[in-house]
This record gives sequence, structure tokens and C-alpha cells, in this order.
Amino acid sequence: MRQFIVFVRKEFYHIFRDKRTLLILFGMPVILIVLFGFAITNEIHHVQIAVLDNARDTYSQQMIHKMTSSGYFTVRQNLRSADEIEPAFHKGDIKLVVVIPDHFGDKFYHQKKAPVQLLADASDPNTATTVINYATVIIAQYQQELTGRIELPLTINTEVRMEYNPSLKSVFLFVPGVMTLILMLVSAMMTSITITREKELGTMEILLVSPLRPVLIIAGKVVPYIVLSFIIACIILVMGFFIFGMPIKGNLLLLLGECGLFGLTALSLGILISSITNSQQTAMMISMMGLLLPTILLSGFVFPVESMPRPLQIISNIIPAKWFIIILKDVMLKGAGLRQIFLPTVILGGMTLFFLVLSVRNFKTRLS
Amino acid sequence: MRTIFFILQKEFLQIFRNRAMLPIIFVVPVVQLLILSFAANYEIKNLSVDIVDQDNSTWSRQLRDKLLSSGYFSLNRQTFNPKEAYEDLEANKADLVLTIPRHFERDLVREDEVKVQMLVNAINGSKAGLANGYAASIINSFNRQIRLDWLAMDEDNSPEHIAVSSRYWYNPDMNYKFFMVPGILVVLVTLIGAFLSGMNIVKEKEMGTIEQLNVTPIRKHHFIIGKLLPFWIIALFELSFGLIVGKLVFNIPMVGSIGYVFLFAAIYLVVMLGMGLLVSTFTETQQQSMFITWFFMIIFILMSGLFTPIESMPGWAQQLTLANPIAYFVKVIRMVMLKGSGWADIRYYLGMMLVFAVVINSIAVWNYRKTV
Repeated sequence: MRQFIVFVRKEFYHIFRDKRTLLILFGMPVILIVLFGFAITNEIHHVQIAVLDNARDTYSQQMIHKMTSSGYFTVRQNLRSADEIEPAFHKGDIKLVVVIPDHFGDKFYHQKKAPVQLLADASDPNTATTVINYATVIIAQYQQELTGRIELPLTINTEVRMEYNPSLKSVFLFVPGVMTLILMLVSAMMTSITITREKELGTMEILLVSPLRPVLIIAGKVVPYIVLSFIIACIILVMGFFIFGMPIKGNLLLLLGECGLFGLTALSLGILISSITNSQQTAMMISMMGLLLPTILLSGFVFPVESMPRPLQIISNIIPAKWFIIILKDVMLKGAGLRQIFLPTVILGGMTLFFLVLSVRNFKTRLS
Repeated sequence: MRTIFFILQKEFLQIFRNRAMLPIIFVVPVVQLLILSFAANYEIKNLSVDIVDQDNSTWSRQLRDKLLSSGYFSLNRQTFNPKEAYEDLEANKADLVLTIPRHFERDLVREDEVKVQMLVNAINGSKAGLANGYAASIINSFNRQIRLDWLAMDEDNSPEHIAVSSRYWYNPDMNYKFFMVPGILVVLVTLIGAFLSGMNIVKEKEMGTIEQLNVTPIRKHHFIIGKLLPFWIIALFELSFGLIVGKLVFNIPMVGSIGYVFLFAAIYLVVMLGMGLLVSTFTETQQQSMFITWFFMIIFILMSGLFTPIESMPGWAQQLTLANPIAYFVKVIRMVMLKGSGWADIRYYLGMMLVFAVVINSIAVWNYRKTV
């Protein structure tokens, strides 16, 4: 046991001696959370649009003014003819072209119908939908302003309540996501690389003839990373809470316990990766390709799992990050207790065990 | 020239001698492209909904049918008991609960006004927004329909209105993959360029073999070119491979000239390799190199407009993307492939990329001389 502690201490020294890495290790969560908390939203502001105003009357100008004063749109270009629409889109910045017919005001008052055409650049389907929706709503408001509010009979009103996140903050999604990403990085990538490094440099052999048992050597190498990743998880939680007002409705101890558990899962993945490779480059590429992108894309971090095709929904079940994100959201936003998150917890625990057993068996056959 | 050729030969040999490297460079990206392009999807379908219909009248049932036949929602549970529905919301079984109150039909006729309640699980803000939008527009159109039926109103009698029609250009079917595949290709190419090149140089340092190279007659620029060029070639190969897969599997359009895509990629990769080189000059171990690269890459990728549009970022963040090479490539590859943008449209971005390439490589080489 004493030897083990000495060994762990040595590993800690190794990490702490490398000031640059340490700086990044602790600076990274801070920067990432701030950046994404403030920068990544799904709201749209100041979308650049072009206007083809064939009427140039008071009403068309008022309508355009309505659109720009909403803050959602900025007129980048005034087009003179329909031929200019295509080139405007080709430049890439313009997402929407508003086409107003000639005699717009006349048509509105005398023919009771003024057609306005909205052309969206649907190479980005999502932005296109959002932009069209915003524009349609603003135009409808303008119309109401012109005609005055009409009381219609038989009106169904909808009372909407956004549960758990009333102001629809996307940061509530990003805090769990970034946390998962960073824990994956620190625990899985760093450990897999640390261990393969010993192999690559040949120092693993030396360690293995030391009186410490191989299992303890691996354990000794990963203990510092468990500690580090746990501290990082805490930093992220504190920032989410104080800067972005992300609530922690559930039990804090339970939350920390789950963070620890996920740290272990990631760690065991790291060990597994290092047990099947001999070079740092390979280990890195496997963690990068096998962990980074799937963690971002298949976990429900950026894209909702429900909107994926069924086979991918099934695959997403083997991504540990998916379960951890569910746990984080349930505990923090809904105040779930262990009973509600029992299943994801058991799954994470099971995965951890599975990876560990697999890697221990792999290690033994390789190093004996 | 001959020296560079020999170094190249050696580097390629070293890269491919590592058996694990081959599948990583060639198979994994294709698998990623195939899987991730399906995953990256904001289209919301099959939102599960709980309907609490306490009225059970003709109209309430019509409203329910209308909601469920829209294609966006599928019924999770129909019940009288709001508590049950709320529990489903809590357990993530329902995304949305629509409550139609008792006397819905009667009140609508008698009082001309009635209120239905919608509870949305808003943990994912954007999804909740979309769900709410879809449901609201379905309820609205239902409302219009019963108004027309009941009062025998018709559109021509309606008051003055602005008839908004909308068209979606360049991707009328709103195929999300057309948008994502080019973007994911950029990421795959970037990973090869920035990560592997940096690590490859640091590896020589870590192993101590760089000292040996320094005492050989090989010039430093030979060494650098020899180290970087293989990854430039591999990444471009990767791009062509990905484009072919994109065409064959997803039928991704190539409206513009494929030549522009490669021209841009060629310069872009010089930028990425330069970053790899730069990182390698101030790191000693592959672990450090990977770590630093990862840090910048994750920021670059998430702020590139790949997943969330740059338009939706606040002003200062949009300014930041001007210094993000990935953002340029993502934008240009989509412009050229999907919209057919030509030379006049992309030359500004090409110019920017050239400036990046020169600046970053100058710094990297200068730093390299100083440290090695």
C-alpha cells in the first residue's frame, strides 16, 4: 500500500510539473463554458437579408422598417431586379430575400390581398425555417397594425408553459454537454495516452518488473486523473450555477457522486483504449475518432436523439455520454432523486465494469 | 528536391508501417461520415405527446386527430388525468402535454373563446421552441378551419391581408444531410491535418530522434516539408474519398466547381498543418501537443457554424469567427457545393486563407528555428 501511495504521488508530480498542460486543463473548462454559454444560442439576431422592393411606397418601406427594427434582420442589399437574387445568395451572407410586388399599398387596400414572397437560402434548412418563421410573424404583426385588431369569434387560445427551462436557455443544455466532453477528454484521452506513452518509451516494461502488481500500476496512473476530472467537474458546476443560473434542484451529493461515476466510466474507456494500442498516435486517434465526435453528436448534446433515425437511436445507447447527460439534466433541472435516475446510473456502472474487466484481461495477455 | 523526396518516402513508410494507422486514416472517417451525417439532424419528428382530453367532444377529438396526423407528433398516452401526463413529462416519456379542458366545445360556441393548455419539456430549448411552434400552428389552422365551417366564412370575404408565400432555394426538400455532410468532411480533413502533423513532429522530439536528424545534412525546411507534406496529401485524398462517399450514399449535390473545393482545401490544409507545426514548436510531448490542439479545435469546430449557425451568435462571437479557419472552409464548401458560388464569391475567403497560411507558417517556422 505504501508503495502504491508513493507511486501515485510520483504520477501527481509528473502532471503538476507540466505547467502548460495544467493551465490548459483548468483554463479550458472556464473558457469553454463562458464561450458556449454566451456564444451558442439558437436564437437568431441580425440575419442579413436582401430586399427587392418593386413598390417603394410608404407601406413597403414601413414593412421593411418593421423587420429591421425587430433586431432579427439587417438589410444588407437593396436589389433592383429579380436577376440580382441569385448572385446575392451566391455571396453567402444573405439568408433571405424579401420580394415586394409593385403597388404594394394599393393592392393591400383595394384588392385586399398583397402578396409578399420570402425566398430563403435553404442550404441551411434550419436557419431557413427559423428565418421564414420570424419574418412571417413580423409581417403578420404589421398587417394587424394596418387593419387594427380584429376580434374573431370562436378563438382557441393556447396557454403555453415551458417546464424546467422557462426562458429556453440553451446554456442549460451546454453546461451538461461541455462537462461531459471535458470529462471524456481528461479521463479517457489523457489516461489512454499516458499509459501508451509508457509503452512507447519502453518504460512500461520497467514498471512491470517493479514489485507493484500491474493492476496497481494502472490504478496508480489513473488516480491523479480521477482527482483532476472531479475538480474540473466541480468548477463547471460552480460556473454553471453562478454565471448562468443553471439550477441544481436535486441533491448535490448525488450529483457529485454521478460525476465521479462518469469520470470512472471515461477512465475505464481510456484504459481499454490503451490496452489495445502501442503508440500514442493511435491511442489519440482512437479517442478522437471514437470518442470525441460520437460524444458530441450521438449523445443528445447538440442534436436531439429523438430526431435521429431508429438505428442511430439504438446505437446512441452505447454512448456513455448519453446517459450522463440525461442524469445531469434530470438532477439539475428536474430535481430527480436516485430513484428516477436509477436506470442510467446502473447502465453507466455496468459499462464501467465491463470496460475494466475487458481491459484488465487484455493487459494480462499482452504483458505477461 | 531529391532530399525532400527521400524524406517523404521515409515518412510515408513510417506512417503506414503502423498498422493501426491505416484503418484510422481511411476507414474510420468514412464510417463517421456515414453515421454522423444521419445523426446531425435538427429536423424534429415524432415528438411524443400526451393528450389530456377532458372534454371528449367532436371538436376536441378533431383537434387531437389533427395534431397526430401532422407527422410531427406521435401519441404517447391519452388520459383524463393531468397528473399522469405530468409524470410522463417528468420521466421524459412525453415532450409535450396538451390539455383540453372540460366544456371545450360548449365554451367555444357560447363564449367565443376557450383556452387549451400546453406543457412543453423545455430542457432542450431549441427543441421545445420547435415543438411549441408546430403545435401552435396546428391549433391555429384547426381554429381557422372550425371558424370557416361554423360561420361559413371564406377567404375572399376576409379583411385586407398580406399574403406571405415562402420558397426554399437550393435545398427545397430541406435535406439536412446536404448541409451536414460537407461540414463533417471539413472536420475530418481538419483532424488529420492539425493533429497528426503536430504530433508527428513532437514524436521525434519525445523519442530524441530529432537530435539525430539535426546533425544530418538535412536542411530544416526539408525536414518540415517532409513532415507536413504527407499529411497534406493524405488529407486531400481523404477529402476526395469523402466527396465520393457523399455523392454515392447521400447524393450530395455538387452545383459549383469541384476544383474550387480542392483549391480551397489545399490552402486551408496549409493553414492547419502550420497550426500543427506551431503547436509542435512549443510542446515537448505528444500528450501536450494533442491536448493543446484539442482545446483549440473544439472551440474552432463548435464556433464554425457547423452545428449552430454563426448568425445566431452574439456580435462579439461573430467577430471571433473571423479568425477561425474552419468557419471559412465550412462556409465555402457549402457555398460551392450547394449553391454553385463561383470565383467572384469565394475569392475573398481564399485571400483570407492565404493570409492565414502565410502568417501562421511564418510564425511556426520562426518559432521552430528558435526552439530546436
